[in-house]
Amino acid sequence: MKMNLTRKWTLFVFLFPSLLGFLLFYIIPFFECGRYSLMDRSIGGSFVGLENYINILSNELFLMALANTACFILLAVPLTMFLGLLLAILLNQKIHGRNIFRAVFIAPMVIPTASVVLIWDILFHSQGTLNALLISLGFNVVDWLNSDKARIVMVLLYAWKNIGYCMVIFLGGLLKIPKEYYEAAEMEGAGSISKLIYITLPYLAPVSFFVIVISIINSFKIFREVYLLAGPYPHESIYTMQHYMNNVFVSLDYQKLSAAAYVVAGILGFLIYALLRWENQYSSFNI
Amino acid sequence: MPLILKKVLTIKYKKKVITYILLASISLLFISPILAIIINSFMGVEEITHHYPVFASSQSIQDNNQFMTMKLIPDMFTLEQYKNVLLRQFLFLKMFWNSVGIIAAIIAGQVIIALTAAYAFSKIYFKGSNKIFYIYIIAMMMPFQVTLVPNYLMVDRLGIMNTYRALILPAIFAPFGVFLMKQFMNYIPKECIEAAQIDGAGYFEIFFYIVLPMLKPAIASLIILQFIDYWNMVEQPLLFIDDALKRPLSTYLSIIGKNDFHYAFAASTIYMLPALFIFFYWECYLVEGIQLNSGIKQ
Repeated sequence: MKMNLTRKWTLFVFLFPSLLGFLLFYIIPFFECGRYSLMDRSIGGSFVGLENYINILSNELFLMALANTACFILLAVPLTMFLGLLLAILLNQKIHGRNIFRAVFIAPMVIPTASVVLIWDILFHSQGTLNALLISLGFNVVDWLNSDKARIVMVLLYAWKNIGYCMVIFLGGLLKIPKEYYEAAEMEGAGSISKLIYITLPYLAPVSFFVIVISIINSFKIFREVYLLAGPYPHESIYTMQHYMNNVFVSLDYQKLSAAAYVVAGILGFLIYALLRWENQYSSFNI
Repeated sequence: MPLILKKVLTIKYKKKVITYILLASISLLFISPILAIIINSFMGVEEITHHYPVFASSQSIQDNNQFMTMKLIPDMFTLEQYKNVLLRQFLFLKMFWNSVGIIAAIIAGQVIIALTAAYAFSKIYFKGSNKIFYIYIIAMMMPFQVTLVPNYLMVDRLGIMNTYRALILPAIFAPFGVFLMKQFMNYIPKECIEAAQIDGAGYFEIFFYIVLPMLKPAIASLIILQFIDYWNMVEQPLLFIDDALKRPLSTYLSIIGKNDFHYAFAASTIYMLPALFIFFYWECYLVEGIQLNSGIKQ
């Protein structure tokens, strides 16, 4: 009985502070958002059902933002994963300066966005260095930030920052593959490509699911670069979900904001849930 | 026989050389933007104006055929930019110290909250712990554009808008830290804890004398991951804090105008230095933190 009491008391001391803050700043106001999203005004408003949601889902800007975000994720995530995997495989050999290379590839992750934006601005400005280079090579000038080419810029910025992250996770996965498998394969006369296809890739599958999830989450962070580079209303090819949310935020339209937050949370929640379910099926035969 | 050996050796050698060339060139690509900022920070006002006329010159009429060419070695190394930023820009220094204070408070709070809560989730068994933890994970995975909305509502309700607390409190209770610490704690063998229990240690003793000493690398991981995230925060201060004097340094560069472009590189360099320093010292903990984070199901 005494033991039980101490246990409860300890539990309270250890868990309560975190739980209180978490409920206060995340969970309770999130439910309040849900309430706002069903009303017409925040103060003294009345219940309007799904009207806010219908408004948002028929809003052209919102739909454009949604489509752009999906398009960006579909372009950027596979590219980053592929390059991250490539670097991880390159670094997983016996080479000199392995740790230095690794550090260099992770470094972009650490650099604060606001400082590096300076260089992107100089590089991609219509009168920037990249265009100077293009002209000297005899090409035409491209307005990188104010045309559909902006999409390429956004993918590049994302890749620069996130390839290192993917690489680190893949490196961790590669370390877990038992060396004996490769040795056995070599005995059987397997070449490096068949080793890659039949040993490395299948064993990286569980880790890859996580890389996808993290990459999707991180793709929502690229907004900061784009925002600092192109402002709140960039070219329509890079007007993403985050711009929409941010601009609604500035206009303080709680109803729209709450409904948008719920839609985004719902889509992402479903996506992550589906990915994890899929992973469960796969990982049953792995490690 | 020796001929075949020679052939094999040259193939291996060639592969090695190609690998090195590939790695070196990708490295250069990765690091050049960072180097460019640092090198440009040693240029004088005239050189900056000369190279980046579009941003740096205050003239309203600009030549459209003038391009900015990045220069990799300054004609003359000078500390002019640094002098300008550190001695003449009151706002910069003020914001720098704001950033330091905010980040110190966030990290200290987050480490304490994360360690205690993770201990409760990982080592004190109670009903529903898995379900509650699951909610933490879901919240952790939401992009900040979603979590910002609830944060904003509560900050507004508590009347702490436009204070440092508006930035610090939501960050301290962010679920990520709890998740990361629990991942590390799962690696502490059950036997260690049970042995201590048999010796008569209570939950507090176990926490302070067994768990904490084993978690030093974990705490380093948490600190560096959080530092990267919160040193870089831009949206929260812009939304939660109106008073420029109270904002962190991350917002400085986005508000300086064309007249101040001369020292933007030095300001950028100073701003990223703390992050780079932590990175150089604790790179291994960063890697460990990311890799552990990826074992979501352990």
